Amino acid sequence: MYDILFFVALPYVALVLFFLVGITRYRRRPFSVTSLSSQFLENRKHFWSTVPFHYGVIGVLLLHLAGLMIPDTMLAWNAAPVRLVVLEVTGLALGLMALFGLVNSMIRRVQSPRIRIITNKSDWVLLALLLIQIVLGILVAIYNGWGSSWFAASATPWLWSLFTLNPDLSYVAGMPLLVKLHIINAFLMIGFFPFTRLIHVIVIPNPYLWRKTQVVRWNRDRKRLRIRD
Amino acid sequence: MDVRSQVSMLFHMDKCIGCHTCSIACKNIWTDRKGTEYMWWNNVETKPGTGYPTRWEDQLNYKGGWEVVDGELQLKSTSRSKIIPNIFHNPSMPTMDDYYEPWTYKYSDLFDAPEGDDQPTAMPISMVTGEYIDVKAGPNWDDDLGGSQVYAENDPNLEALTPELRQQMFEIERLAFFYLPRMCNHCLNPACVAACPSGALYKRGEDGIVLVNQKQCRGWRSCVPACPYKKVYFNWSTGKSEKCILCYPRLETKQPPACHHSCVGRIRYLGNVLYDASRIEEIAGCPENELISKQRELILDPNDPEVIEAAKANGIPDDVITSAQQSPTYKFVMEWGLGLPLHPEFRTLPMLFYVPPLSPVLSSRNGEATRNNGTDLLHEVDEARVPIQYLAEIFGAGNTEPVRYALRKQYAVRMWRRHVTVGDVDEATAKAALVEADCTVDQAEAIYRLTSLAKYEERFIIPPTHREQAMELLKDPMENKQDTGFGFIEPPIRV
Repeated sequence: MYDILFFVALPYVALVLFFLVGITRYRRRPFSVTSLSSQFLENRKHFWSTVPFHYGVIGVLLLHLAGLMIPDTMLAWNAAPVRLVVLEVTGLALGLMALFGLVNSMIRRVQSPRIRIITNKSDWVLLALLLIQIVLGILVAIYNGWGSSWFAASATPWLWSLFTLNPDLSYVAGMPLLVKLHIINAFLMIGFFPFTRLIHVIVIPNPYLWRKTQVVRWNRDRKRLRIRD
Repeated sequence: MDVRSQVSMLFHMDKCIGCHTCSIACKNIWTDRKGTEYMWWNNVETKPGTGYPTRWEDQLNYKGGWEVVDGELQLKSTSRSKIIPNIFHNPSMPTMDDYYEPWTYKYSDLFDAPEGDDQPTAMPISMVTGEYIDVKAGPNWDDDLGGSQVYAENDPNLEALTPELRQQMFEIERLAFFYLPRMCNHCLNPACVAACPSGALYKRGEDGIVLVNQKQCRGWRSCVPACPYKKVYFNWSTGKSEKCILCYPRLETKQPPACHHSCVGRIRYLGNVLYDASRIEEIAGCPENELISKQRELILDPNDPEVIEAAKANGIPDDVITSAQQSPTYKFVMEWGLGLPLHPEFRTLPMLFYVPPLSPVLSSRNGEATRNNGTDLLHEVDEARVPIQYLAEIFGAGNTEPVRYALRKQYAVRMWRRHVTVGDVDEATAKAALVEADCTVDQAEAIYRLTSLAKYEERFIIPPTHREQAMELLKDPMENKQDTGFGFIEPPIRV
């Protein structure tokens, strides 16, 4: 019963919220889609919180994505024990880096009076969810090791069963408690995503790399609307 | 030739009295909102001085503007290759402390304080946190050389001067200073636009005004360090960048920007110039000592039939061309060679020009103060109270020649007018001075007229913006009737 609630209902509700609210917000409230940087108000601690956090989280997310998209490659890579250990240690190090950044960021938000002013309730909820998620992730990496292999073998098929609208609970039913909590919290964050500042993730500035250097915009169609005498 | 029109400003520094009316006019209209309290889209600095934000001219620290690397023009701060690793934390981003923490006073204490032996005072409180603060500095703390040991002596432009010249500038009772009003230069090669990862900053095609699309800005804050003039500001409340909009709603209704309109000394002129957009990159990357002359090459003669033909072919309306022909900026910069760009070495091709200021007549020679007798000002330009090297650092990328030219011509005009009105300079001397300063009697009269007599209509030749032809008007204005109304304004709320 709880399995259905947490591993079928929750993921679908979260994903619907993610796309529905996310797209609506992007279209109807474009002004609110921003990274809400606070670097302007405080610079030094900003470096030690945001840089390790982002690099850590991006690294960890890429590893999760690899497990989801290319599970066979992951398993093949892990066939040699040395490579498995390298991957596990890398993942754990990235997770610790993210935790270091996140804790710094929370301390910064408490300590600096200027930053406190621009921190609202949704920021604190988000920080709490992130903290729980990263701590759970690190605990999983320590107590339920070799995740790069079992993720590809059990979590990936379950996630694909979700995405193909044919949820198969048998993969998750037997998972350890820590992993289950990690999954539940992950979907809570996905559902919460479009209501928070996390929305900035969807506007990573890729066109910058190939657009023209200068941007010129015209208010009128010059050639067509020129006044002729 | 890709002819475009650019609204271009000219500030006649010799007339600036440093009253800050321009800054206040701007502040009251545009930056009195939450998150913008610290912003001064227009500000007036005392030179020598460190300015606002502190030492903004020091690009070793702020990394503003462009540099030529292996023959290629590159942003000093975050070009394409550098933005990816630096997107989370911009290494050259100025913080609020580089500007100042805005404050107000707790006036309620004057009414609520309990009865006592002392008069109650209104203590300063931060406009960011609302807590009591100890005010250490403000946007104009060094006005009129106040605290010059802390501020004026740290002016980055002084670094190029010899110790003797520096000494000369700070001799007590013989100090010289001038005011430098600053605003967005609406550059032809804007570093802020080039740095924006989201493409939110853009240059308006019709008049070249540089704007930030508030709906597209994602707060990556690359524009703030990229602008060498530090004229893009980060709104800490909305998490977006904001900058001078050249009062475009006023320009579109044929009114000059508020800072221009309110200028007490009437130092401000505004008019459009035609330029060749196809040469921007080439000219922005040229050797440093050619930057001023090359930028002048970029500006086209609006009376040249060939230019007019090309402008028409490029869709520039006839009245915009007419307006360019009457532009006061064109006269000062191109016809008379008096207008110089601020720090051309930043390579953004700023389109706000300055007539360099004349010095007080008391000058220094062989370490002694000398009073100029007024007849040989022309040859004493190099001994003026404000060293020409100092002016050249600000207006000539270190090159004294264009500054000397502009100062001499101003002195020659002054001598000519002294001959006409006072008569103690004889005609032959005055005319010889004019010839030497590359000026004619007619030109001297024209300079005198536009400098001293010009009224509102002559100082501001505003090109029509033709909003009646704007693309958005092709849409049905009744589309949103009884729904969200005309247009859609979103409250600036953080989520």
